[in-house]
Amino acid sequence: MAKVVAELKYSAEHEWVAVDGSGPAGIGISAVAADALGDIVYVDLPEVGSIVTAGETCGEVESTKSVSDLYAPVTGEVTEINDGVVSDPALINSDPYGAGWLFKVSVTEEGPLMSAEEYAAANGGEL
Amino acid sequence: MTENYTALFEQHKKAGASFTDFGGWQMPLKYESELAEHHAVRKAAGLFDLSHMGEVWVTGPEAAAFLDYALVGKISAVAIGKAKYSLICNEDGGIIDDLITYRRPSPEEGVDRYLVVPNAGNAAVVAKELLERSAAFDVTVEDASANTSLIAVQGPNSEAILLTLVPAEQHALLTGLKYYAAVEVGIAVNGTVQDLLVARTGYTGEDGFEIYVPNLDAPALWEALLQAGEGSGLVPAGLAARDSLRLEAGMPLYGNELSRYVNAYAAGLGPVVSLAKEGDFVGKDALAAIKAAGVGSTIGQKLVGLKGAGRRAGRAHYPVLKDGTLVGEVTSGQPSPTLGYPIAMAYVEVEFAEVGTVLDIDLRGKPERFEVVPLPFYKRQK
Repeated sequence: MAKVVAELKYSAEHEWVAVDGSGPAGIGISAVAADALGDIVYVDLPEVGSIVTAGETCGEVESTKSVSDLYAPVTGEVTEINDGVVSDPALINSDPYGAGWLFKVSVTEEGPLMSAEEYAAANGGEL
Repeated sequence: MTENYTALFEQHKKAGASFTDFGGWQMPLKYESELAEHHAVRKAAGLFDLSHMGEVWVTGPEAAAFLDYALVGKISAVAIGKAKYSLICNEDGGIIDDLITYRRPSPEEGVDRYLVVPNAGNAAVVAKELLERSAAFDVTVEDASANTSLIAVQGPNSEAILLTLVPAEQHALLTGLKYYAAVEVGIAVNGTVQDLLVARTGYTGEDGFEIYVPNLDAPALWEALLQAGEGSGLVPAGLAARDSLRLEAGMPLYGNELSRYVNAYAAGLGPVVSLAKEGDFVGKDALAAIKAAGVGSTIGQKLVGLKGAGRRAGRAHYPVLKDGTLVGEVTSGQPSPTLGYPIAMAYVEVEFAEVGTVLDIDLRGKPERFEVVPLPFYKRQK
């Protein structure tokens, strides 16, 4: 079963957010979503400096089988994107909570987010 | 619709498959990585459960004449042991299904026997249609789909793997088997050698075999093949890999490229239709008129291959544009695992169907450049 990391928060659209209050929040997609998408071959991320809005699309993730919009789980300015995942999107499958992170946002407002327990219960993940 | 399960469902579950509904069947979509399964089939071998496909036996003194009437190809010209790809069409020329027909040895003097293999979602419709069309012929039509499993071994190592289960004195039957031919071969399953129908056919663009087996013996055959292929890179492969493999090989998928609203000439399957064969066949008048009108060559739309210039792929139903004007629609598309660029099949207006024509696929509002290329996208080195 796909792993859900306890220390993160999650959106209904399967993005995880690492909010530790000390700086920009790291954002990625959950292992549940990565598994469901299949082997990811292309990722389109928001530009550094752009403002993303919680609940709105800010990019896309394409697998061999399908393509999904990427929804911003928080509102704020994008401070950094993961160039490694742009050149090697398979990192999202192999390490969705680590090397497969997508971008960082200087958060001004959080969207509706779930705890790891809530997300796992709703989506069949494993804590 | 009730969900159907193949005799191999437990094997798939045990192997960690994720499942998808396909034609009313719960089928393995992938086991671990569909990309790894795809590459395994191109480089080594993959094992597929195709038990959702139909099996309809047609037997009788007029079996050949009947199939000439019911299908668009000249089935009567197929020699014993050989097979033919064909279509079953409506009176209006629309495609009910694409199927493979195997001619089997005569069970008795003056009686011919054929195995017709339709697609999963169409199996019941095809069986019913064949039965209805057979009324005026001395034949029996028997739908054996519910009792028959189908397991495919595909990839360059498939012959070597299958041979390990075949008694040495029968090896020549398999090594000498031609593409689109089938033979009964002894295969060791559960410690006993059973005669099973083995066809050298497939849907991957690689060498490979399809083995027809009674449901009861299917799990044992599956396990035996997995074990036989252990040292040869064989992996179980799901429908996701099957789809990417067939797309690279330029093979149409019913429901995507083919439907009741599409005709053989637009689909590039004109050569499959035998207007010259003796007698009438269902759809003949309509298909003759469609061909005479130049559909798929001078008017209407035509199925083409498209190669993407960027990294983003077109998907089924995406619009195809020429200078912003709608000229067609994608039927299948994805990034090609073997070739490393996006590929797609699409119906486009014939004037934009020439190889080399540059078109755009509307990728969710952003046009992306694609070029018309010849099909298939991928051809194996022989």
